[in-house]
Amino acid sequence: MTLIATESLTKTYGGRVTALADLTVAVEPGIIGLVGANGAGKSTLIKILLGLLPPTSGRVSVLDLDPTTDPAAVRARVGYMPEHEALPPDLSAAELVTHLGRMSGLPRTVARERASETLRHVGLYEERYRPVGGYSTGMKQRVKLAQALVHDPDLLLLDEPTNGLDPAGRDAMLALVHRIGTEFGISVLVCSHLLGEVERICDTLVAIDGGRLLRADRIDAMTSATDLLAVEVSEGTDQLAGRLAALDLPVTRDGRMLLVPLADERTYDLILGAVAELDLPLHRLDQRRHRVAELFAPREPSNA
Amino acid sequence: MPEPTGVIHDIGYQRYTGPRLGRRHVFGALYLHGLRTVFGLGRSAKAKIFPWLVVGIVTVVAAGLTAVRSQIGEVVMTYAQFADAMSWLVIFFVAVAAPELVSRDLRSGVLPLYFSRPLPRDDYALAKLLSLASALWLLLGGPQLVMFLGAAFTTPDGLRGTWNELLDLLPGLLYAGLWAVVFAAIGLLVASLTGKRAFAAGGIVAVFLMTTPIVGVLSILPSRAVNELALLASPSTLVQGVGSWALQDLLYPGAGTGPPIGDFGPVYAVVTALLVAACTALLLLRYRKVAAR
Repeated sequence: MTLIATESLTKTYGGRVTALADLTVAVEPGIIGLVGANGAGKSTLIKILLGLLPPTSGRVSVLDLDPTTDPAAVRARVGYMPEHEALPPDLSAAELVTHLGRMSGLPRTVARERASETLRHVGLYEERYRPVGGYSTGMKQRVKLAQALVHDPDLLLLDEPTNGLDPAGRDAMLALVHRIGTEFGISVLVCSHLLGEVERICDTLVAIDGGRLLRADRIDAMTSATDLLAVEVSEGTDQLAGRLAALDLPVTRDGRMLLVPLADERTYDLILGAVAELDLPLHRLDQRRHRVAELFAPREPSNA
Repeated sequence: MPEPTGVIHDIGYQRYTGPRLGRRHVFGALYLHGLRTVFGLGRSAKAKIFPWLVVGIVTVVAAGLTAVRSQIGEVVMTYAQFADAMSWLVIFFVAVAAPELVSRDLRSGVLPLYFSRPLPRDDYALAKLLSLASALWLLLGGPQLVMFLGAAFTTPDGLRGTWNELLDLLPGLLYAGLWAVVFAAIGLLVASLTGKRAFAAGGIVAVFLMTTPIVGVLSILPSRAVNELALLASPSTLVQGVGSWALQDLLYPGAGTGPPIGDFGPVYAVVTALLVAACTALLLLRYRKVAAR
């Protein structure tokens, strides 16, 4: 089953602002990270997935349903946690989550039971009977997560769930999201502008920029065979770069360092040979693990 | 050693496989929730003060009227007249209740949580409208029921008297319904425009009270037709115009005591219907815009 699939999905506001441009992506169930800078089109994509915004053109399917023609069926199986403040301050978390559970079609007693159960799962116990207005940001985020979970959806759409949290709160929230995706058996789409955060918990990563798809792939595919060798010489960096390029090594400069993809063991010999031939003082030669962030970096200028 | 009882097992997350109710049930739940909100039920003690103060006032007035009638046998107010006389209280009640129903949700940003659920956005607005209209109808109709019970038990004509009393009550309840629908439609539309409760309350009072001077000006212009149509300019006088056309004696006993609407009675009825329809349509449009944000 495909969890979410889009085909040439485009959304423009008033014919001028382009939020999504020709986005084609398909992801399997699991924990999906949707990364992109602010204004990259993440929230627009979520609203289209929920059937709240009609796309300008293109097709979209969520859980094999079409949100443009049957939004109610999609929303019945999806839980949404918005980015912004969304809680009435004078209600208690228990009352609010119960009410929203009923709004999702749960019978009255079931809604009450599931509300307290989900609040417990997100880590709110006795405090759930106090008005939300007195909660910390971390507790409010947990309530927002609980209301998205209360009706037991098959897919959670989380828009910047770590917004406004301190480092410990971020870790706790990410751990919780990871637990939902693995132990609860619910697929999760996590939106974030912080790649470093989502890459820790995701199976699949979708990166968008300016409404365009940068890359979508399973995270293990992204990090494998992408190790780099970092070479640093005290002088003659340009000379060495030229020589390495002449040896058909795709060399890139990163400040005072040269980065060469590690193809096989021979790459070491080629670099050492080149350095010895030019008689340059070698400062360092070591293997660097590629971070996912760097996978996106070289592609960005072409889209800018 | 006794066996330990009440051991808590963490059985982990449970998937829900039970029934999920349809649109009608969700609408009903939202409607009841709205009705409770208007009267401050399930909310803080502070939220209960004003609604129940108003309920208290109208009930005391109704009880007083009943007592006077049973003692000296004189009908001080008919059922419809009661609704008319209490209309100023209804204005303030709407000014508090409508922002409570919709402005609060706009301000706290909770609407995305509603609109990301199966419930269609029109249902949200309509359920709120229906709760406010029902609340207003209960506010005006409840005391009428008190008056009816008082009269029915003290009537000297037995069952016949009770029957006559009931025939008087029903138009009164319908008239209360008219007040309720018109005031709810206008009040909720005004309140849905802003997330600030104070602004919404001020706006509602302004719409109802600031339009009365217009009626005053129009009714002294030197044209009979304009004078007779003057009451269209304000919601309260509009409802009174419809009432005087439809109920006549029940609202204005004695010839010539009603408001001067001439033969324009049907015009008043049509304008009222159009006004309610327009307010409802604008309310739905408003929520279409809000939901897309």
